[in-house]
Amino acid sequence: MGIRFILMVNKQGQTRLAQYYEWLTLEERRALEGEIVRKCLARNEQQCSFVEHRNYKIVYRRYASLFFLVGVDNDENELAILEFIHLLVETMDRHFGNVCELDIMFHLEKAHFMLEEMVMNGSIVETSKANILSPIQLMDKAS
Amino acid sequence: MAMHGMRGLSIFISDIRNCQNKEQERLRVDKELGNIRNRFKKEKGLTPYDKKKYVWKMLYIYMLGYDVDFGHMEAVSLISAPKYPEKQVGYIVTSCLLNENHDFLRLAINTVRNDIIGRNETFQCLALTLVGNIGGREFAESLAPDVQKLLLSSSCRPLVRKKAALCLLRLFRKNPDVVNVDGWADRMTQLLDERDLGVLTSSMSLLVALVSNNHEAYWTCLPKCVKILERLARNQDVPQEYTYYGIPSPWLQVKTMRALQYFPTIEDPNTRRTLFEVLQWILMGTDVVKNVNKNNASHAVLFEALALVMHLDAEKEMMSQCVALLGKFIAVREPNIRYLGLENMTRMLIVADVQESIKRHQAQIITSLKDPDIRLSFFFSFLFACVISSICRRALDLLYGMCDITNAKDIVEELLQYLNSADFTMREELSLKAAILAEKFAPDLSWYVDVILQLIEKAGDFISDDIWFRVVQFVTNNDDLQPYAAAKAKEYLDKPAVDEKMVKVCAYILGEYSHLLARRPGCSPKEIFSIIHEKLPSVSTTTIPLLLSAYAKILMHTQPPDQVLQNQIWTIFTKYESCIDAEIQQRAVEYFALSRKGAALMDILAEMPKFPEHKSSLIKKAEDAEGDTAEQSALKLRAQQQPSNALVVTDQHPSNGESPPVFVGQLSVVKAPNMNNTEDHYSTEQVLSQENGNLSQVDQQPPSADPLSDLLGPLAIEGPPGATVQYENSAVSGLESGPDVVDGSAIVPVEVGTNTIQPIGNIAVRFHALCLKDSGVLYEDPYIQIGIKAEWRAHQGRLVLFLGNKNTSPLVSVQALILPPAHLKMELALVPDTIPPRAQVQCPLEVVNLRPSRDVAVLDFSYKFGTHMVNIKLRLPAVLNKFLQPLPVSAEEFFPQWRSLSGPPLKLQEVVRGVRPMALPEMANLLHSYRIAISPGLDPNPNNLVASTTFYSENTHAIVCLVRIETDPADRTQLRMTLASGDPTLTFELKEFIKEQLVSIPTVAQAPTPAPPAAPPTPQIPPNDPAALLADLL
Repeated sequence: MGIRFILMVNKQGQTRLAQYYEWLTLEERRALEGEIVRKCLARNEQQCSFVEHRNYKIVYRRYASLFFLVGVDNDENELAILEFIHLLVETMDRHFGNVCELDIMFHLEKAHFMLEEMVMNGSIVETSKANILSPIQLMDKAS
Repeated sequence: MAMHGMRGLSIFISDIRNCQNKEQERLRVDKELGNIRNRFKKEKGLTPYDKKKYVWKMLYIYMLGYDVDFGHMEAVSLISAPKYPEKQVGYIVTSCLLNENHDFLRLAINTVRNDIIGRNETFQCLALTLVGNIGGREFAESLAPDVQKLLLSSSCRPLVRKKAALCLLRLFRKNPDVVNVDGWADRMTQLLDERDLGVLTSSMSLLVALVSNNHEAYWTCLPKCVKILERLARNQDVPQEYTYYGIPSPWLQVKTMRALQYFPTIEDPNTRRTLFEVLQWILMGTDVVKNVNKNNASHAVLFEALALVMHLDAEKEMMSQCVALLGKFIAVREPNIRYLGLENMTRMLIVADVQESIKRHQAQIITSLKDPDIRLSFFFSFLFACVISSICRRALDLLYGMCDITNAKDIVEELLQYLNSADFTMREELSLKAAILAEKFAPDLSWYVDVILQLIEKAGDFISDDIWFRVVQFVTNNDDLQPYAAAKAKEYLDKPAVDEKMVKVCAYILGEYSHLLARRPGCSPKEIFSIIHEKLPSVSTTTIPLLLSAYAKILMHTQPPDQVLQNQIWTIFTKYESCIDAEIQQRAVEYFALSRKGAALMDILAEMPKFPEHKSSLIKKAEDAEGDTAEQSALKLRAQQQPSNALVVTDQHPSNGESPPVFVGQLSVVKAPNMNNTEDHYSTEQVLSQENGNLSQVDQQPPSADPLSDLLGPLAIEGPPGATVQYENSAVSGLESGPDVVDGSAIVPVEVGTNTIQPIGNIAVRFHALCLKDSGVLYEDPYIQIGIKAEWRAHQGRLVLFLGNKNTSPLVSVQALILPPAHLKMELALVPDTIPPRAQVQCPLEVVNLRPSRDVAVLDFSYKFGTHMVNIKLRLPAVLNKFLQPLPVSAEEFFPQWRSLSGPPLKLQEVVRGVRPMALPEMANLLHSYRIAISPGLDPNPNNLVASTTFYSENTHAIVCLVRIETDPADRTQLRMTLASGDPTLTFELKEFIKEQLVSIPTVAQAPTPAPPAAPPTPQIPPNDPAALLADLL
């Protein structure tokens, strides 16, 4: 499976974006997000970016007020995922110009489009920023 | 911008953002949901724009964690909107809100298909993404061909094809049959020639799924993967867009190396050489750089390369290179690299050759520990000083895994030293692991006692009772150890502020063995007593009974009796006679009465007998704990290939050089330990009935007014044996409830004790039995029982596998793989990964027989219990005779057919020698049991048998088979057999089949136990070339 979910959570623990690649019920999502937020947000900068949780791992990265948390299978390459988070952020940067929490909040749909161009079914589809953004740019132009 | 128009959505989001608390948020959300519901209900003419706005709001609300149980239809309906913006929203929101089993999804299947096969590539992308994310089985069956076409199409642009690849991956996972193995291997190989790295990235994920399922079929992809890796690693022709901080797509490199890890070996020497050159390049060419992102990306590739090298079992030199690299990583400050270094080093422990070089590393590390200046480079220091629990855990695992007899002392002492500074959450695990290592690898037993006592001293609150029970067992079982342990116990009790667990263990040991020290200064019974008694005011009620036992024992060992001590102790007993705690009260009463009996006391309060030796309850506990924590699946895969598991080295071997004396005790003896000297008088049943039936025995007692004399009476008046036992037993149960606890905990693992997992019963015998009947046990070991129930109808069969977990902890990593022979089509239902405790899982297995063959299907079954990976290969009783139907025939039917089938290959004859001698009726029974019907009286010769049956398969349908066996009453070890049927293969296979049954003795134990997957046993059969044998006959 690879990637199980991608969460963006601010430092107050509010979910700003949630994309799951395996079906969880609403209750399961709520519980999972709660547990993960409790576990990861309490960590400091010197701690490593991988947290073992239940039967998988969370790879996370913090950008200003926003945490990017990716749940992956245990055998997934952690560093590759860690840099994939950064690629996602750089892609958003290229589109929004220095992305911030508000961009993601108020342009939830765009964040979703980008994610959808990058990950499908828990696997990475595309890593070229130009290719990721081209459908979105096309759409922007059209309207 | 497209979304600028959605003002309503922005307003709603900022409203939510401005909410002061959760309650306000809920009210705002409820209001909005009401609004959306009304709009959807009332206004029929909602514009696509409105719908779009509302479904986004729904998604937003859903993300916040509120249930959105309506409006799904509207989201789905947007999929069929003609314009891209609406359609896109429809697709995205649908795939977020719905799951694959949702009914509405079925409604959209046609629209989705039209978009996939349509000309608009942006629509194609949307549809492929939806199916790729939430497509179910139904989608798999109806869309797979279209998706495959897109993936392979040369006219399709990469942006569509990359999505088609991952869409196909989803469909394949939903139904593996949609990818035809024969056809796809070639196409997959071609696909890997792709230059576009986006398509290649997706295709590589698809390949990983395919090879993990069946690597043999895709071996032609292997050289291609090596080529791709080479291209990337050497940065040949990689577009700028796909380099990340100067590194050619690290993700594709990682994925490619992952795919390579699913091929067990690389046979082609050229490919192997190229790959090793590339790997060498990666290993040597990765430097630590300042830029974090570049550093991470290059190390992502490096760690994957390390995993691949480990998998490929490279030459020793390369492996040592890897260990050296890892050694570097575990010393760096950067926590991520350090974590991964530790994790990979733990994985590396599996490789046998490397263990030595890891240890070499450790020796160096240990010396550096002793020098405080270079402690930074030493991973012990961050193991315990750090609060980084992820890293701590990895480091502890590594230490635990790498520990053996040579370094145990160093490692355990380090663990002890850092116990104090360790994170609280780690202490329990830390002390458990230290206790286990000390037990497993103790160079001498006194060291072991030291370690455990130190553990209790430093982390009394964190250690479980098992740990001190275990040390008591060791001391009890090793006479040499007892004086040492007693002296140590005294030493520890002498200290101020002793932990309560320490009081327990020391009081127990001193009670039992302090008399061995009596001649040493300061160790007179009186002094020992006062050392223990000092602690009494500070301990809890659960400890007092243990102290009372110790007093009674000390008193008993005081020879000649010391009047002062006796009075002191009696005073204590008398004081507790009225204690509110029943346990304390009973002990006080009993000990008091007993100690007045003088010499009789000796028997009852004698030393505890030795404990039966069995698997350490601690080790078991650790294994259970490990079963709970996540296991690495890469590790799992490797563990399957080589069944050794490095995390817990073999146990069950003696805990130290000289094995402690083994006391083969009965449960009953251990339960009532002090009856050793009297047990000869009574049968074991009596003892057992005592245990189970104490109450009824009490009823037989002569009534007595005084409860004490009732209790003690029989001993005084030398009552009947039964009564005596009853008395002693009750006294003992009171006396020894401390040790009873010890022994209760120790006895538990016996039930699941053995380490090397031995099947219960003979696998071959079970298999043969199941060839003849349709239900029974296929396999059993201490953990699992696999039963089978089968129904056969013509060429089809339905088996149900019953997987029963016999234990109180779950079996994990359960995998069942069917290796069907070419003539059987078999489909096993999904086997769950975990079997809960004491649960039984039923897995149906559908069988279709395509053509006659004697080959046997094999079930490759594996599971993990604790840290044991168990893998067994079992023959499945889907054998030839299951597709037979007995068919008695009359002479009128038999002879015309017999004559019409006039010779090879339809009719075959063979003289069989080495037949198991049996009478004719017995042979008839045997044939009958294989569903071949005897037609008596058809052959005029009474020494001959004529039989017939019908064989069913998909290719041949029903075919009648005729059999004639001519026996020689003078020599029962040979016979002539003639087989005839309308199908040459069937004739041959059935002839061989019957021959096997006549020659071998199917139900004796000498049949090979772990059945090789290929052929059933064919002992003593001459080379079975039918032509040669026929020639022989002529």
